[in-house]
Amino acid sequence: MSTRARGRGPGWVAGAAAIVLWALLPVAWIVSLSLRPGPELRSGRFLPSTFTLEHYRTVFATPLFTHALRNSVGIALVATALSVTLATLAAYAIARLEFRGKRLVLATALAIAMFPVVSLVGPLFDLWRKVGLYDTWPGLILPDLSFTLPLSLWVLASFLHEIPWELEQAALMDGATPWQAFRKVIVPLAAPGVFTAAILTFFFAWNDFVFGISLTSTDRARTVPAALAFFTGASQFEQPAGPISAAAVVVTVPVVVLVLLFQRRIVAGLTAGAVKG
Amino acid sequence: MNGPGPFTASGGARGVPKSRVERERELGWLLTAPAFAVMLAVTAYPMLRAVWLSLFSYRLTDPAGREWVGLRNYAVVLGDRLWWEDVVTTVTITVVTVVVELVLGMAFALVMHRIVFGRRLVRTALLVPYGVVTVVSGFAWRYAFALDTGFVNRWLGLGDLAWFGLRGTALLAICLAEIWKTTPFMSLLLLAGLAQVPEELQEAARMDGATAGQRFLRVTLPAMRSTLLVAVLFRALDAYRVFDTVFVMTAGAQRTETVSFLAYRQMIGRTALGLGSSVSVLLFLTVVLFAAGFVKLFRLELVPAGAGR
Repeated sequence: MSTRARGRGPGWVAGAAAIVLWALLPVAWIVSLSLRPGPELRSGRFLPSTFTLEHYRTVFATPLFTHALRNSVGIALVATALSVTLATLAAYAIARLEFRGKRLVLATALAIAMFPVVSLVGPLFDLWRKVGLYDTWPGLILPDLSFTLPLSLWVLASFLHEIPWELEQAALMDGATPWQAFRKVIVPLAAPGVFTAAILTFFFAWNDFVFGISLTSTDRARTVPAALAFFTGASQFEQPAGPISAAAVVVTVPVVVLVLLFQRRIVAGLTAGAVKG
Repeated sequence: MNGPGPFTASGGARGVPKSRVERERELGWLLTAPAFAVMLAVTAYPMLRAVWLSLFSYRLTDPAGREWVGLRNYAVVLGDRLWWEDVVTTVTITVVTVVVELVLGMAFALVMHRIVFGRRLVRTALLVPYGVVTVVSGFAWRYAFALDTGFVNRWLGLGDLAWFGLRGTALLAICLAEIWKTTPFMSLLLLAGLAQVPEELQEAARMDGATAGQRFLRVTLPAMRSTLLVAVLFRALDAYRVFDTVFVMTAGAQRTETVSFLAYRQMIGRTALGLGSSVSVLLFLTVVLFAAGFVKLFRLELVPAGAGR
């Protein structure tokens, strides 16, 4: 605690302010770009002199974007739900039961989490076209599992490992039925971990770009990050910087909301397992 | 099975009737099997297919011309200057970003560890870059550096410097964008590591008259060894597959193409599945060899010891 006390000086406060500025500056910049009228996009100034919502109106009137937004939300939610469900079952078993191979499962998850995802793109491109999954939701959800499932499993395994399972035993001693003990004691203890895993998994699924550009060809399944890249692809000379910035802000909003609501849990989740070494 | 025998025959259930041990084992397998099977199905299967495809000359636009060529694709890739240039680019980005992130992340972690007021605010602010979609970060930085929209030249008084016109400056811009996006992860990992450094060690060192700098180098850093190693390994592997930022900021122009981008361009852009797959396999092998070497060299125990009880 005594070392903590020295963190009050102006130096530390300036340091903290610098970090906040550094973290938020690019976000403020893209918001600022999205709110300025077309001619001002080339002013080279950080802040606009007049504000307009025209770029937001443009993107929401563009089917390329609205469909992409629908695809992004749907695909990320389904991928998250599937990953968290499968990971919860596995992590529960790993935390609770004695059986051969649990280290193998965890080591596999870790190895797969470090995998270069681009390596999967070619074979999947070939395979998906043959089996009709190219440019469909399942065609993106399945490859997304390659990085969302290991992440969920890893986060959940470290969370459930910390749960005091004796409490369930104690409830049974006190006359609770196994189902009551599970529902009244274990579920409330495990729920925050499951929830944290879901948020982090959603971030990763929401962020996917490699599969989004490689395994789609129309707005049937193309997600927002991929659609953003295609806004510009056509010509380097006429950059629709305004609409792209507006669309970028729209996909950033869910992230900021989740961060503001659940910052403590997110921090706990993303450092889980990595620190104990 | 890896590691020296955490699974001796008796496990943790000594003295329990065999049937119960067996039932527990079966339930364990039943619950983990779906996750394990899905993980392998979505990675190992396509990877094996990539290995298989890499042995053919195969373009999607000409399926009839598919022809077995053995290892010739690998010879073509490894004999090409472009592959080595992309490797150099990727390694440069990896080394620069990991080193800067380590220093910057540690500075951020120290500030968060020490400050009294505004801890929550700093942590929340740092989570924003972490959560922002990489493509969005790429666009924000691209527009910040671009000649027409950008403010960076104006702020720094650089006149008409075309950041994306030269290899060096383009790579610098890419590295900056990557550093902005991923330093928060590094700093939050290091912060959690800092919190685990025993306070008594610091006290003892202070009693012995160690300066703040000495305490940091001789006490804090050694106590954080495993956190630092894990952070470096995770970030290095993540940095080595850099793709989104490069795609958005330069699309590989001015020799800023990375290995992931090369694989993508061969397979999806040129539909040269055979040649592209060999690039993929080489990328995969590089990552595996690096990770295995790193874990061996530093004797890292990645799977928590508790998991093997």
